[in-house]
Amino acid sequence: MRRTTSRILRGIALVSTLALGVTACGGSDDDSDTKAVSAGDIQAALDKGGDITVWAWEPTLKTVAADFQKKYPKVKVNLVSERSGDKHYTALSNAISAGKGVPDVAQVEYFALGQYSLTKGLTDLAPYGADKLASKYTPGPWNAVSDGDKVYGLPMDSGPMALFYNKTVFDKYKIAVPTTWDEYLDAARKLHKADPKAYITSDLGDAGLTTSLLWQAGSRPYKVDGTKLGINFDDAGAKKYETVWQQLISEKLLAPVNGWTDDWYKGLGDGTIATLATGAWMPANFATGVPNAKGQWRAAPMPAWTKGDKASAENGGSSLAVPALAKNKELAYAFTEYANSGAGVATRISEGAFPATKAELESPAFQSKKFDYFDGQEANKIFADSAANVASDWSYLPFQPYANSIFNDTVGKAYVSGTKLADGLKAWQDASVKYGEEQGFTIQK
Amino acid sequence: MSTSVTASPAKSTAPRLRTPRKKHTPGKPKRNVLLTVLMALMVLYTVVPLIWLIINSTKTQSGLADSNGLWFAHDFALWDNVRDTFTYHDGIFGRWLLNTLLYVGLGAGGATLLAVLGGYALAKFQFPGRRAVFAVVIGAVAVPGTALAVPTFLMFSKMGLTDTPWAVIIPSLVSPFGLYLMWVFAAEAIPTELLEAARMDGASEVRTFFQVALPLLAPGIVTVLLFTTVATWNNYFLPLIMLKDPNWYPLTLGLSAWSSQAQTIGGDVIFNLVITGSLLTILPLIAAFLFLQKYWQSGLSAGSVKE
Repeated sequence: MRRTTSRILRGIALVSTLALGVTACGGSDDDSDTKAVSAGDIQAALDKGGDITVWAWEPTLKTVAADFQKKYPKVKVNLVSERSGDKHYTALSNAISAGKGVPDVAQVEYFALGQYSLTKGLTDLAPYGADKLASKYTPGPWNAVSDGDKVYGLPMDSGPMALFYNKTVFDKYKIAVPTTWDEYLDAARKLHKADPKAYITSDLGDAGLTTSLLWQAGSRPYKVDGTKLGINFDDAGAKKYETVWQQLISEKLLAPVNGWTDDWYKGLGDGTIATLATGAWMPANFATGVPNAKGQWRAAPMPAWTKGDKASAENGGSSLAVPALAKNKELAYAFTEYANSGAGVATRISEGAFPATKAELESPAFQSKKFDYFDGQEANKIFADSAANVASDWSYLPFQPYANSIFNDTVGKAYVSGTKLADGLKAWQDASVKYGEEQGFTIQK
Repeated sequence: MSTSVTASPAKSTAPRLRTPRKKHTPGKPKRNVLLTVLMALMVLYTVVPLIWLIINSTKTQSGLADSNGLWFAHDFALWDNVRDTFTYHDGIFGRWLLNTLLYVGLGAGGATLLAVLGGYALAKFQFPGRRAVFAVVIGAVAVPGTALAVPTFLMFSKMGLTDTPWAVIIPSLVSPFGLYLMWVFAAEAIPTELLEAARMDGASEVRTFFQVALPLLAPGIVTVLLFTTVATWNNYFLPLIMLKDPNWYPLTLGLSAWSSQAQTIGGDVIFNLVITGSLLTILPLIAAFLFLQKYWQSGLSAGSVKE
């Protein structure tokens, strides 16, 4: 009887890990693995060959993997790509805590990296030579993958923000493209008055968008120092964001549509959602998801919080990381390096990915690329400018995926009820602090 | 409506007039506006999604966005969509289709076989513990498969069977409802006298089962097969937690993966292929229903009339 009980308890423990997608312990002994791995070791591994499994949904990696195998015929890359988002992280966390079926390389978005690196679920790539690559990348993504002298992944793409707007709609109602968030608010009012079915943008509460806008506004709610955390949404940057966004919500100027749904794609296509402040990777999604609005959209720099300010922020973007339990780390690193720093970068850009590497961002070929979708606009100039203006001192929580999962229960209330946005952020802060303390973090108040 | 009036025996004029005029007769069901309306609503409710699916599988991704959901777009892309569905991502849709067929063949086929054997044994043999088995089977019917999925996962994980096709096939082999149905059906459809006669003539139990009992059970077998096939074909949750390798996905999981591609940065938005794939996914089930329904109907009437 007792044995059954303990088994059930263990079952419940495992199930709750499953549900939260949080690894209590990585169960790795990665710290012993700090001796440097020379380029010769990696080359020897490549010559010897072997299999590596890559969990990544980034579509351009397919070509990269094929090229890589052509270059190193003895290496077989097994690309598993049918999972993304929550399902991907749940599977990765499960595999790591089970110690079985862990991939050699995994795509991990910047906001989720902390969760895996802090629990020692990832290999420090600095001994493999990754620390020497710092100068290749723009500061935002590099800051996201590195922690002191440790490097937990190589930036694959980045998402410097831009404002995408439907020029046809703006022209129709003679609205100027906003350069500050105050002008944006005015444009929202003007547009919705001219056409009650049209909205300046859609938002029903999106943690990624909110954190990116706070980042741009200069707010730094999260302070991370090992297991010591600070969580505080009460600063000047947050105030700026709250003021504008509260008015957008109160005056019902935001389309009540969740991002990434078919309704959202429809709204982007039929002109009822007129702008989108998001990462520079969006053109690819525009081209496949909203093909009917081709020629109507343009890119513009993000509106500034203070007139003349050029500060930008990142939204989205992901890295390739090597889990601590990966079987063939030399090959895994070689592939990661090839895809995110070597020849793979050019391949990926030509297929529409947005780079995180300085050389590509600054190259004339990249900057003068004309976007058919944007009616020939050289949009990369705007994106590259934005990338250069991203403040690099932002950090996410080590349990950001969990924090994002409770966003709608806290801040989300401001969108659907009379709760003030500021109170929603306070509730989010309290819930995050409570969870952090339960997980054993020291929270500085 | 007047038949009942004339049919009632008339003794005098007064009671004749008082005879209820709308008397209900079994041969001629009463008309009821409310029921008709409810029925029409039900038909709409069930048929509209199907019509939507058929219409929208003819549209391209851009046609989906800028045309009315219940009418055709200017371009007719059904054949292109079907071709793209089968060729997208190196034709993984075909692989998922084969996987589903494998799971249904082994899972639903095996479940039916076990249900027939077990149901026959429980109905026609007396043995100790029969009542206990009855209680367990009835109890198991009430437990939804979803509730058992996580314990099953943990058990299979210990046995090292997760992420293999067995993890989907083995749990599908268990169909308490199918067993119960076969049991009731066998008790009704096979007269015990017939079995006794066969035994009397010297037939072995195996021969009795295959040559006497099995033909009588055919309608019941088809019914159970249909139920288990639909259940396995549509199963989503079990493969979701059991399988990691997309090469072993059934159609349900694969389509959901395609659909969620629209939610990722740089992901291909292929709602048109998801919709066409969904249509292709339900076609075999519709075919199975149309093909098997005559057996099914003849089976449903068993025991309805007292002989």
